[in-house]
Amino acid sequence: MTDSFVFDDFVVTALLAGIGVALAAGALGCVVVWRRMAYFGDTLAHAALLGVVLALSMQWLPVIGVVVIGVAVTSLLFLLERNRELSTDTLLGILSHSALAIGMLAIALLQSRLPTIDVMTILFGDILAVSQSELWTLLAGTLVVLVIFGSLWRKLVSLSCNEDLARVDGVAVARIKYIFMLLLAVVIAFAIKVVGVLLITALLIVPAACARLFSRSPQQMMLLATLFAVLSVLLGFGASLQWDLPTGPAIVAAAACLFAASRLLQREGV
Amino acid sequence: MTDIVLRAENLCYVKKGKHILQNVNMVLRPSEIATLIGPNGAGKTTLVRLLLGLETPTSGSIIRQLGLRIGYVPQKVAIPNALPLRVRDFLALSGITDKQRIAAVLREMDVDKLSEQAVQQISGGEFQRVMLARALLNEPQLLILDEPAQGLDVIGQQALYEKISTIRDRHHCAVLMVSHDLHLVMAATDQVICLNTHVCCTGHPDDISAHPEYLKLFGDALDGLAVYAHHHDHEHDVHGNIVKADGSHVAQEDCRHD
Repeated sequence: MTDSFVFDDFVVTALLAGIGVALAAGALGCVVVWRRMAYFGDTLAHAALLGVVLALSMQWLPVIGVVVIGVAVTSLLFLLERNRELSTDTLLGILSHSALAIGMLAIALLQSRLPTIDVMTILFGDILAVSQSELWTLLAGTLVVLVIFGSLWRKLVSLSCNEDLARVDGVAVARIKYIFMLLLAVVIAFAIKVVGVLLITALLIVPAACARLFSRSPQQMMLLATLFAVLSVLLGFGASLQWDLPTGPAIVAAAACLFAASRLLQREGV
Repeated sequence: MTDIVLRAENLCYVKKGKHILQNVNMVLRPSEIATLIGPNGAGKTTLVRLLLGLETPTSGSIIRQLGLRIGYVPQKVAIPNALPLRVRDFLALSGITDKQRIAAVLREMDVDKLSEQAVQQISGGEFQRVMLARALLNEPQLLILDEPAQGLDVIGQQALYEKISTIRDRHHCAVLMVSHDLHLVMAATDQVICLNTHVCCTGHPDDISAHPEYLKLFGDALDGLAVYAHHHDHEHDVHGNIVKADGSHVAQEDCRHD
């Protein structure tokens, strides 16, 4: 009896954490897809590994470490982009993999001091290990992200559509882009526990890509994307419990199945 | 000041050591139609971007009428295909979301039937009229159009110019239009500004009937157009340096740097 209660409890905690992250990732993922920021998301996610290590060694909340490193990487990208000889995707490739490599090295160096670090957990997530207090932080953080995202919604769509027109219409484009990057870093920080740094970008872009196929307006796409993201979490979670599979990869695989299914449905003209 | 929409004084714009614009002066008055012409690379689009506040001049100043509302139609607008956007959503993104106002400007530009269509799927000509409708949403006092006639045939160009005159008459806004055609401009133009890094000359275009050679070549196809006879006191050599009519080089007045 007690056993089953404990089982239920941590399953519910994990599920709520997954749904919270899915809501934010689905919504923000639309802007990532519109602005072709998939590779940027990947870079932030890889750099997040370093952020987690930084936070653990400084005894901060992981979110703070990830946001600090996210800001550092974004600023570095800004500086490097001034020189137009190398394209942005090359620069992102350099930053992304350097950050991942340095993160791995930092873990190796700190392993003796911080025995709690588990590389596999950071890389692929461990949703079942989410604690009650972590859940509350995650849900509160997600809520804040969604509220800020919602208040910037029209401006974000406007600058995704055309930056010059947005600026002439009075949108502070540079500032809004910067805030969006911060929101993205926060969502990535929370998503580490759920799907891990290697698979986070999938949770951002796959649901949004599914939603694009059925949407006629930006709002529709955003709502559908959150729906698909939550559905991916539910299906992946169910599959992982049923067949004892790693949860993070199961969630991303579920999202991929949804994308394939929606593609086929669209072909059929449904 | 009330009779001036916008005034540019000694505008200079230097990028990577290259002078894109040098000591540009211009004045736009209410309800005036000005056509900005000049060869490729003359700095027309840069000047427009400075006037819009999208770039900051290296030196010089731009004085705008207090609270000036500007409607802007850029040269090219590529909207990402990943963004599902109907024509009416596109207009609402401007920040003016009043449905009746949006319907009214779409109707004025004869594109109200496209309201529910995806912006990426309408034709180039239709999109241009949608862009004009969008620019009219905030009842602009100044309409800035960057090469609106580009890619249009003569008939399309005439229709567009007619539309622009009508807009000016109905909304009493000043119009600044960029054109790549150095000789034929819209007939309703009040002021032609010929730009090649600096302002080469300004003036009023002549009625087409004063130029029988054009009439003979193109006949009625030129309705709505006027001829601009340049009156430069200098020429440009292949490097863009100023050469006086007698062939002597002119020491250029350099831009003041801040």
